[in-house]
This record gives sequence, C-alpha cells and structure tokens, in this order.
Amino acid sequence: MSSTLFDKVWDSHVVRKIKDGPDVFFIDRHLIHEVTSPVAFLGLKERNNSVLFSGRTFATADHNTPTINQHLPVEDPLSANQLKALEENSAEYGISHWGLGDEKNGIVHVVGPEYGITLPGATIVCGDSHTSTHGAFGAIAFGIGTSEVEMVLSSQCIMQPKPKKMRINITGELGLGVTPKDVALYIISKLTTSGATGYFVEYAGDVFKQMSMEGRMTVCNLSIEMGARGGIIAPDEKTFEYVNGRLFAPKGADWDKAMAYWETLKTDEDAVFDKELTFSASDIEPMITYGTNPGMGTGISNNIPTADQVEGGAATYKKSLDYMGFSEGDTMIGKHVDYVFIGSCTNGRIEDFRAFASIVKGRKKADNITAWLVPGSHIVEAKIKEEGLLDIFHEAGFVLREPGCSACLAMNDDKVPAGKVAVSTSNRNFEGRQGPGSKTLLASPLVAAATAVTGVVTDPRTLL
Amino acid sequence: MAYDKFEILKSSAVPLPIENVDTDQIIPARFLKATERKGFGDNLFRDWRYNPDNTPKEQFVLNNPMYSGKILVGGKNFGSGSSREHAAWAVYDYGFRCVVSSFFADIFRGNCLNIGVLPVQVSAEFLDKIYKAIEADPKTELEIDLQKQTITLLVTGEKESFDINGYKKENMLNGFDDIDYLSKMKEEIKDFAEKRPF
Repeated sequence: MSSTLFDKVWDSHVVRKIKDGPDVFFIDRHLIHEVTSPVAFLGLKERNNSVLFSGRTFATADHNTPTINQHLPVEDPLSANQLKALEENSAEYGISHWGLGDEKNGIVHVVGPEYGITLPGATIVCGDSHTSTHGAFGAIAFGIGTSEVEMVLSSQCIMQPKPKKMRINITGELGLGVTPKDVALYIISKLTTSGATGYFVEYAGDVFKQMSMEGRMTVCNLSIEMGARGGIIAPDEKTFEYVNGRLFAPKGADWDKAMAYWETLKTDEDAVFDKELTFSASDIEPMITYGTNPGMGTGISNNIPTADQVEGGAATYKKSLDYMGFSEGDTMIGKHVDYVFIGSCTNGRIEDFRAFASIVKGRKKADNITAWLVPGSHIVEAKIKEEGLLDIFHEAGFVLREPGCSACLAMNDDKVPAGKVAVSTSNRNFEGRQGPGSKTLLASPLVAAATAVTGVVTDPRTLL
Repeated sequence: MAYDKFEILKSSAVPLPIENVDTDQIIPARFLKATERKGFGDNLFRDWRYNPDNTPKEQFVLNNPMYSGKILVGGKNFGSGSSREHAAWAVYDYGFRCVVSSFFADIFRGNCLNIGVLPVQVSAEFLDKIYKAIEADPKTELEIDLQKQTITLLVTGEKESFDINGYKKENMLNGFDDIDYLSKMKEEIKDFAEKRPF
C-alpha cells in the first residue's frame, strides 16, 4: 500500500497501538532545556523512576540565559536556580549537558542539527513547540508538555494519537528579497493560526526542493504557528550532505546502513493526504505581521485588512489592532519602529546573519533603533566572525550578543519595553511576548535589516 | 503526578469570549522560572488581570466577583502557541477543572488531559448559548458528565455531547495517567529500542 513520508516514519515508531486511544510512540532523540524539564525530573523522583536511556536525551540551556557577559554568574536567582537544576539533573542521570559557557551551548533547535542529533527518519521531541524545526531533515519532530518530558525520560515513549496528514505544495520560484520566513508567514496568513490544527504537514514542491537546509528549518519551525503539530520535508542530497560527519551522526558502516534507510523516506506517488493545498511562489512577497498572532500577516506593500476581510470575530480582531495601536487600512511601510531583533530558533542561523549583513553593509543603523543581534549558537557566532560579518555589523553600528533564545520570549533581560514596537525575526507576536506591553512585527532578516537602517518598516527590495 | 478523578462536574462558569487565547496570555514567559509545580494560578492571565503596578484590572473577568466557578469558557482556538504545560498548571492551580471552547490548540489540549483538566469542545452555537446564559445569570450552572460525555446548560436543560478518546476517558475517570501505563511497558519498550537503527 502506498504511504506518505510521515506514515513511514510514524508507523515505524509505534511500539503498541491502543484501541480507541493513542499510539505508544517511541522517541529516538529527546532534547531538554532548563524551563520545561525541572518538574519532569521532580516527577521522576517522586515515582522512584529513573531515566531509561540516558544516551537518547541531550540538554542545553537556552530559554532563560543572558546574552551578554555569559562568563559571569547569572544575576537573577530564579534563573540561576533553573540552570543549576538542569545541570544537576543531567549529571545525576548521565545526560549530555551543554550549559552556559560550554562551546556546544546554544538554542536547542539550532544545536540539535549542528551536532548531528537531528537525523532523517528519527522521532525527536522537546518541551518546546518549535521542535517542529527538525522536520526539515525528514524527521518527525514536535513539541511536548512537561508530563510528556517525564514520560520520555522514564520510558522513551509518549502516548500520541496519530495526526491527520496535510501536504502544502509551493510551485515556481521565489522572487528577489523573498525568503523562507516569508514563505512560512504567507502560508500561516492563508491558513490562520488554527488552520492546520490536528494535522502534520509535509512541505513539497519546487520551492522547498530549491531551499537550503537552514531555510527548510525556518519553514518547519513555524509549522506550529498554523496549529500543526509539525512539518516535514523529504530528505535529499542536501540533507545527507548536511548531516554527514557531524558529531552524533552515524559513521562508517552505520552511515551506509542509515543512508539505505533514508533513501526510502519519501511519499509514494499515489499516497493520499487528508488535505492538500497548493500555492504559487510568485504570489509571495516579503511579509510582515500587523496583529497579535502569526496568522495576522500580509505582504509588506499591502494595507492592514479590514475586519470583514479576515476570518474570525470582529471583536477579537479589533482588540488585536487596538493593542498594536494600528487601524484597519493602515499601510505597514513607514510605520515607526523602536527595536530590531534578529535571532531565535526561527532565524538565528548563519544564513540569516548573512542576509542581514547584505543590507546593512555600507549603511548605518538608524538612531531611533535599538538592535539585538543574537546568534543561535556558538557555531553561528564563530562563523559570523570568520566570514567578516562582525566587521560589517560593527561598521554599521551594530553589536553582536551571545547565543540564546533572548528576546524571542523575553524570559531573560532582553525585554522590549511597554509600548515599544519591535521588528523581530522570531516566531510569535502575541501580546507582551517580547516583554509586557511590547508590540511585535514578525518579519524576515531582510525586512529586519532594512528596518534597522531606516528606522521605519521598509521593503528590503528597495535596498537590495 | 496522578490527579483527582473526574466524573461529574456541576459548577458556574467564568466567561472569556476571546478567540486565539495563546499560552503566553495564560501564563507569560517571565513566570516560568520555577523549578517546582506550584503557585502558577497566581499568574494565570497575569497581564490581562493586573496592571504593571500589580493592581488588579477591574474590567477583567477574573477580577469581577460576579463570576466564579470551576469551568472556564474560552473562545475559538483556545491555548494556541507555546507547549508550556505551565499554562495548564495555571488553569488547574487557579481552581478550574474544565475548559470549554469551540476549538482547542493541540498541545494545550493534550497537556490538560495529562494533568486532569478536562477540555470540552462544543459547537460554536452551543458556546454562544453558554455565553448568553452566563450573561443573563452569572451564577448559571453547567453540568459536565464525563461518563456520558455530555455538557448541559442546567437552566434550560440544553445539552451537547463531546468527544474524548476511550483511553483518556478511562484515565480521567480513574485518576490514572500515561506514566502509570508506560511504567508497565518497560520490557516491551527495551526490546523495541534494540531494533532501532539509531
């Protein structure tokens, strides 16, 4: 029987099927961080359980870490306590731990692929909804709650009903200045934040075939923002080349065996999806959000839609625009901006910083802009320096911070003040997401760069 | 942790007729720094509930003494966003045992089921009826019967049935959780792991 890529990977991980219930689903790789794991370890202890396979879990501190002076003790006692808990729990159960100061430390969804933890055909979970990032490799990867973190620690399994399947095809070629982030924001704007709830999405078509691994990670990362549990892209030569030789990737005969398996990881031609959508690349322009969820996005040259043009209740729509201080019909280009943030598991990789540099090179940061440039990992940070991007940033008046999740969720001190507007390359523009009272416009690194040098929302195509 | 059994819940309800309520609103990230599961109810809907100087926002429903009860009634796509189970903990810790909506985000729904908060999905029409009934009488009661899988607006007797898979239903009726189930499967899981290529 023909099946989809998703079916092939899912079905091979079902330990037991429960009648009228979920599947007992085996997890190959488990990533943990300081915020969603401590209570799971407490539960483990309360039940006198232990970690079943310590080699399948990897810990890094990222959500709640400072992005300056990482060599100094963390000042906030609550944050310091969380970092200590991750370190101690990892040590107690023999889990690899990359804490602050470790060269492998960084955002969990950036370092996972960098060190070959992320593999095609694997199942990967983490107590973080953007775990969907790893689907770029042909893995089934999704976010879980803390109860499930405890399940994976104690049994390497979770109980999951199999989601429905959706395929999103994008045909054609992306235009100048249109990036993977724009592709994702475009899809979410079409589907809304709940349009893919209950589904796992396979991305297919020319655009994703042409896309780099980092671009695919950006797209899969944002799958959760349309409600999907995750996204997946069939592995190809680019995938294998990326994985080959990385620290935890299979080597020698194991590699050959893995490759033989990975080459079977594609959707059969006549496989059927529960839902299938097709979009044209030529309809996508650089995107920006104007509201308080990632589905409230539009092409940067468009006006903010009126309530009757969007799905959902008018009262909720109005509440959202009121929060932003925007009105129906406003143009986005030219809106005043105070902060620019480039980083996060969505856009904190080297290609994102190259894109940012391509626009700020030879220009100057606008005086009204506070900019936070936060690499996703030490590998990204090192490449920024090696490739001369740091010099470009310095000449343009930008400084580079140290790796972490930073202002994406603003758990640390990187908070956008109340009432201030930020253009961010991150993934969520919820009320107060980047600090209480802050207002977020989600966009690509190119839009962020164009805005950073002009001080107002700017179409990057005018500066390329 | 195992939780209290859920059989029949009869209670007044707190209305929150807003769509796309995300988990950052349910509990903002800056309150996720604890290493134990306690006190999250204090920060439930923190920024909608309190001003920056920590005085209560009087117009917010949780600060309105007219409304109370163990049932929270939210708008469509409730619980979208982050996977933080802290959001479900905050709902539970505040005193809610059930969330009613016309649509739930996936991870939030799963988290609720794992900690003993029952997510009840109703039609948009029934949701509207509930809001109208609460508007007419804030003390109006709903009855949620898990065994029968029904939700009833007691004032009119109107009811609707809701879905829950049989396994989760048994768990909630008995106060069991998935970890109890998985703990009994360890040998089977170890055998399975042996055969994985990586």
